[in-house]
Amino acid sequence: MIEIKDLHKSYKMGSNSLHVLKGLNFSIAEGELVAIMGSSGSGKSTLLNILGMLDEADSGSYTLDGVPIKNLNETKAAKYRNKFLGFIFQSFNLINYKSAMENVALPLYYQKVPRKEREEKALKYLEQVGLKEWATHLPNELSGGQKQRVAIARAMAAEPKVLLADEPTGALDSKTSYEVMDLIQNINDEGNTILVVTHEEDIAHMCKRIVHLKDGVIVEDKKVEQVRAAQYVK
Amino acid sequence: MRFIFDRNTWQEIFGSISKNKMRTVITVVGVLWGIFIYIALSGAAKGMDNGFESMFETIARNSMFVWAQSTSMPNEGYKTGRQMQLKIDDAVMIENRIPEVQYIAPRNVRGFFGAPPANIGRKNKTGSYSLFGDYPAFTKIAPKKIYDGGRFINDEDIEQARKVAVIGERTQKELFDADENPIGGYFKIDNVYFQVIGVHKYEASGGFGGDGDIFIPFTTFKKLYNTGDNVGWFSIAAYDDADVVKVEENIKNLLKNIHHVHPDDDRAFGSFNLGEQFNKIVGFADGITFLSLIVGIATILAGVIGIGNILLISVKERTKELGVRRALGATPAEVRNQIILESVFLTVIAGIMGIILGALALAGINSMTQDIDFPYTNPTVPIPYVIGALVIMVVLGTLIGLIPAQRAVSIKPIDALREE
Repeated sequence: MIEIKDLHKSYKMGSNSLHVLKGLNFSIAEGELVAIMGSSGSGKSTLLNILGMLDEADSGSYTLDGVPIKNLNETKAAKYRNKFLGFIFQSFNLINYKSAMENVALPLYYQKVPRKEREEKALKYLEQVGLKEWATHLPNELSGGQKQRVAIARAMAAEPKVLLADEPTGALDSKTSYEVMDLIQNINDEGNTILVVTHEEDIAHMCKRIVHLKDGVIVEDKKVEQVRAAQYVK
Repeated sequence: MRFIFDRNTWQEIFGSISKNKMRTVITVVGVLWGIFIYIALSGAAKGMDNGFESMFETIARNSMFVWAQSTSMPNEGYKTGRQMQLKIDDAVMIENRIPEVQYIAPRNVRGFFGAPPANIGRKNKTGSYSLFGDYPAFTKIAPKKIYDGGRFINDEDIEQARKVAVIGERTQKELFDADENPIGGYFKIDNVYFQVIGVHKYEASGGFGGDGDIFIPFTTFKKLYNTGDNVGWFSIAAYDDADVVKVEENIKNLLKNIHHVHPDDDRAFGSFNLGEQFNKIVGFADGITFLSLIVGIATILAGVIGIGNILLISVKERTKELGVRRALGATPAEVRNQIILESVFLTVIAGIMGIILGALALAGINSMTQDIDFPYTNPTVPIPYVIGALVIMVVLGTLIGLIPAQRAVSIKPIDALREE
């Protein structure tokens, strides 16, 4: 599903150049649930941005679902993002003047899905994350966990190939974190490919595979026994 | 351009606008105020324009009066201070020699310029009124509205020096009973019987003349008061395309020539050039119209710049939202179009509201000035002005929307999302 080879990325900071990613190689198969771990500064967010086509690598190749991702202009990147990727952010990034349902329906709007169909689909995904009754509420009327579930529903609404989650539990307490991870695991069980960036051990162990980044290189890439989040959720 | 007609686009824009009410209201007020000022000002200017026009509609716009005074310079053996007298032959000369003159009406009067008014009587009613001796041409210069069934003096009245008279509304009221038809009725002017041939409607025209004025044929007047070939003054109308100032000068030069007056003697003949005054007022009204146009457009411009400014701030405020939209698959073009359309939509809505409010204000001013003596009639804004203003607003709204839109696009989604 995802294949990266010899990925390099450096940022220029004044006269200094900061080499963030130093030749990464890995691939992710369909249906995997992968945690990317690392302390801050390890390059994990940069990697996620490149995978999310929000940023471009300096060198190396990146193939997504058999499509080579390179030399993208903004318009093409936007189209690919819309078609291939669903984003889940640490700070939810819901649009605060849109209701939960409208937020979920937004990626479909950019897919030119007619309004009625858009709303039906949005409701379906909201139901899946257990927030159907909250469809008409604005984000500021929802709790942190609910917001993240709306964001997850939004990420899934466009039926992407890969879900990219950037510290999805970073802003949540551990109880709601487990609820969110439970949801992510359930979505993965249905066969969706998910990439989770995190620095929390317990969250990482709820994935099926952990890729450990340190100073821009992969120091460890192992499959783990998945800890089900459901057991913590009462 | 298909996105403009896409219902989804508008739903998205309407959502964004209606859910940010405070921002929308402040934005709209700027342009609304601008277009309101524009409509109110140009309408008021037009109203004043119309007011001046209606003030002058009772008299030909390029008309003038010429009368005799006394000389201030000796000439050809005549001494200074000679009293001048216009003669009926002068009118013929003027008409023949000066081609720009369209109509010339020699006039005499009792009741003005030192002459006592005429004594009028009918049965046991008496009164004194101004009495004019006129040619038919006079109505070409200063149209008189005659009530149904009546007429003004005609050529036969002049030729036969008929004893007929056109009376005013007030004269009619004072001499005749309310249910009596004055046409064909007889009354006495200075002990001579005259027959009424018409009743004229009085209209305030800024000049002298009133609702009691009586008009009789010039030739009859001459017999009645023994005025011979003397003329009180000439009413003259030049052709529409003539330069009235030039015509006035030519007429006076001709009169000086006929009456042996020194060419540089400016006191021998007096004149009042209504056309010149009229042109000045028209120029003044045009100036006001132009000024209101400039002020209005400048105000609209200020309003539209205000919209651009607020959108620019709101783009900064919405950086994250726009970043999210980009991450969810909005292309730069879609983001740009959304911002521009928001700008144009707000501008047009504000513009239409401003036009409506401006029209209401104009209607209000109109009804307030209805009954007072103020040159202000029918304040309207020509449709091309309104459409022009709307077009200007759409164009400016688009242009000004381009700035925040370009800014919105230039922010990379990754930077937008990183901003916490």
